[in-house]
Amino acid sequence: MGRIRNPKELHSYREGLVARRTGSKKVIAVCCGTGCNASGARKVAQAFVDEIQKQGLAKEIDIRPTGCHGFCERGTLVLMHPEETLYTRVKPEDVPEIVEKTVKKGEILEKHLYDDPVSGAKHIKEQEIPFYKHQERLILGKNGLIDPTKIDDYIALGGYEALAKALEMGPDRVLDEVKRANVRGRGGGGFPAGKKWETCRNATATKRYIICNADEGDPGAFMDRSVLEGNPHAVIEGMIIGAFTIGSDEGYVYVRHEYPLAVKHLTVALEQAREKGFLGKDILGTGFGFDVKINRGGGAFVCGESTALMASIEGKVGEPRAKHIHTVVAGLNGKPTNLNNVETWANIPLVIEKGADWYTKIGTKGSPGTKIFSLVGKVNNTGLVEVAMGMTLRQIIFDIGGGIPKGGEFKAVQTGGPSGGCLPAAKLDLAVDFDSLWEEGSMMGSGGMIVMDDKTCMVDVAKYFLNFLKFESCGKCTTCREGLRRLHELVTEIAEGRGTLDTIQLIEELAATVEAGSLCALGTTAVNPVRSTLKFFRDEYLAHVNEKRCPAGVCKALITYEITDACTGCLVCKKRCPEGVIKGDKKEKHVIDTTKCIKCGICNDVCKFDAVRVY
Amino acid sequence: MTVKFTINGEPVEAQSGQSVLDVARRYGFEIPSLCHHEAVTPYGACRLCLVEIAKGRRRKLTTSCNYEVLEGIEVITGSPAIRQHRAMVLELILAEAPDAEPVRELAKRYGVVISRFKTTRAVAGEGPRDCILCGLCARVCTEVVKADALAFNGRGDKRGVGTPYSEASAPCIGCASCASVCPTNRIVVKDTKDMREIWGREFALVRCDSCGAPVMTEAHRDHAVKLGPLPADYYKTCTACKRKSLSGRFAKVGS
Repeated sequence: MGRIRNPKELHSYREGLVARRTGSKKVIAVCCGTGCNASGARKVAQAFVDEIQKQGLAKEIDIRPTGCHGFCERGTLVLMHPEETLYTRVKPEDVPEIVEKTVKKGEILEKHLYDDPVSGAKHIKEQEIPFYKHQERLILGKNGLIDPTKIDDYIALGGYEALAKALEMGPDRVLDEVKRANVRGRGGGGFPAGKKWETCRNATATKRYIICNADEGDPGAFMDRSVLEGNPHAVIEGMIIGAFTIGSDEGYVYVRHEYPLAVKHLTVALEQAREKGFLGKDILGTGFGFDVKINRGGGAFVCGESTALMASIEGKVGEPRAKHIHTVVAGLNGKPTNLNNVETWANIPLVIEKGADWYTKIGTKGSPGTKIFSLVGKVNNTGLVEVAMGMTLRQIIFDIGGGIPKGGEFKAVQTGGPSGGCLPAAKLDLAVDFDSLWEEGSMMGSGGMIVMDDKTCMVDVAKYFLNFLKFESCGKCTTCREGLRRLHELVTEIAEGRGTLDTIQLIEELAATVEAGSLCALGTTAVNPVRSTLKFFRDEYLAHVNEKRCPAGVCKALITYEITDACTGCLVCKKRCPEGVIKGDKKEKHVIDTTKCIKCGICNDVCKFDAVRVY
Repeated sequence: MTVKFTINGEPVEAQSGQSVLDVARRYGFEIPSLCHHEAVTPYGACRLCLVEIAKGRRRKLTTSCNYEVLEGIEVITGSPAIRQHRAMVLELILAEAPDAEPVRELAKRYGVVISRFKTTRAVAGEGPRDCILCGLCARVCTEVVKADALAFNGRGDKRGVGTPYSEASAPCIGCASCASVCPTNRIVVKDTKDMREIWGREFALVRCDSCGAPVMTEAHRDHAVKLGPLPADYYKTCTACKRKSLSGRFAKVGS
């Protein structure tokens, strides 16, 4: 069917789709998100297609390459519906056996089941796995059910029904619903979307723009990527509803050029939405028209900042401007512009479909709904997790994330990307929402969550993020350009044992000015890592300064490697030492020539007897 | 529209659309700045014009050059916190522009004689260390002269300003507007009898038909004629001679 001309046609079209899909047909969903793709998911999906063909099962089984299921640690993931059996770490060569035994005979192949590193238990169904069990996957959940290149998959799940409903409700009621739901911007600021929409709608103008910010640049963050790759129509539908409410006929998705799969799926989705009549003129017969263009970003972190992003779309250098006049009043091309990020837009159809009363029951009072976090770093279950706001850091890191690998000890968690703060173990019971994180000197940001263990040096962490940000600063304003560079210099001095108490004092003075005086949020929040580590891990800074010692054994200038009496003389470290500075014969205690050691740590990594000491 | 508000508690009046910086200076309040010039759009790069602005219950530090006046706001131009931040900004600027006299003077007024930061980017012996990356040169070149010969390059701590690839720039017309707005007088212009040297290029000068004084570069004249509306003939004489001949004509009309 081509163009859908009115809401009634949409309902019947969906019913037709659902009727054809229910019944005995099985679906094998192969996660083909970027993470699983890297471990060969496309080949696995193809192997399933070939095997199903070979066995003559094509009519009974659908192979569906889907977007990211979130559990990247265990890719390639294969989820079999309707049984909900989840196989992890599937390789193409495993496929014939899976089809033969599990698909045809219903036998469970234990070796592909998820085995919990904490309890040792094996789980068959996705929902039984702790990683999934504690999540509330309102947005991400659909990723496992949809082939992002097929709009029918989305429509079959009720897609674009929220749009139809919004068109019937009219802009006033839609706005009221979004305001009552108190949807807060998931891009970092947490500003209420409804309020933003209202200001933009009320601004005097003949033209208004809608923008989706998909310039996700935080190191280790990939939630927006996964939503765009796995369920692009949810974002598009949210944008159309926003455009209808605000009175816009033109929208942009500003997406990183480094996200080719997201661009591809979005392009396909836009084409299909146009064919079906959800975009273009006279959407669903209402006379309302809207279309979306894709603008690819050129790799500047600062272009995630709204004014820099708009300058970039205009073809100018991506540099922020002062926002004394907000972009909702004068944004892209000087016209009122409403910008929200990917996840915020993806929340909108849910709010309209199920209503503000339903939405506000999830999460906390001040921050309703769910939030997707990319849980990475020193944690057992890395991946994307979507939880109701208000879940504690402990629940996210330990219950869902499975705790710290290799018996390590939790030390800190950095939330909110490079400009977030590092929170210590004492804050593990903090209920995570926009406001609680701000109060602790960190932030929600776009949802990055980097877990650090006891082998992480907090001075080194501050140094790392300052290095990232000084490079990504656009350089327009003095405080950010010079300030971050100087902060990096000062922290480096401490990391290299050249720092004094005055250095710490100067860091604190300078950080206050960078925060107070910078032009955009990149500068004002860039001091969070150094400030929060100074606040919560001051002792570690003092050890570097006073004792010239790096307690975590990370800062190279301050550490020495030594082989202890536990050495069995196995020769492994000697062979692997890139500098050849380990001496000693077989079954004889080895010795490192510390004058020539480059402190790469390989000896420590390869030693099976825990005989390398770092001090 | 007239807007009423206060600066340091004193009531002031301004027209909407004016900046807090301009109004404050008109009333005699001192706010330092290095990247502001009336000829170009406010940019907010140097951060020295930071002031505190209270709007209703909200109070924040912000730059005054690009903040348009609003009814009822309360502006504080020099609280201890503001002075402290300005001193720190000056310390940052001074570190990379230790040879710039205006920066040194301003810094001294904020109690900064020596920066605690080492000069690292500007290399001693490779020309004067006095560019503060305010971008006035590039902004005037683009916005006013419309020649687009200068621009920022790089980003973050690698930011610079000048001609593309630091080579002689084809669109440069040698007008030297950049040099005239540079707050630290870093841009070197060498005028000889018939030639001007700037940004690594030489430009022939147009000399006044009546007195022989230099009027402008030939490239500047051609650029001005192209932009219009005045004909090439207009640029044959210098401003002083034009004034002289004009006053002569006025005198005739008067008699």
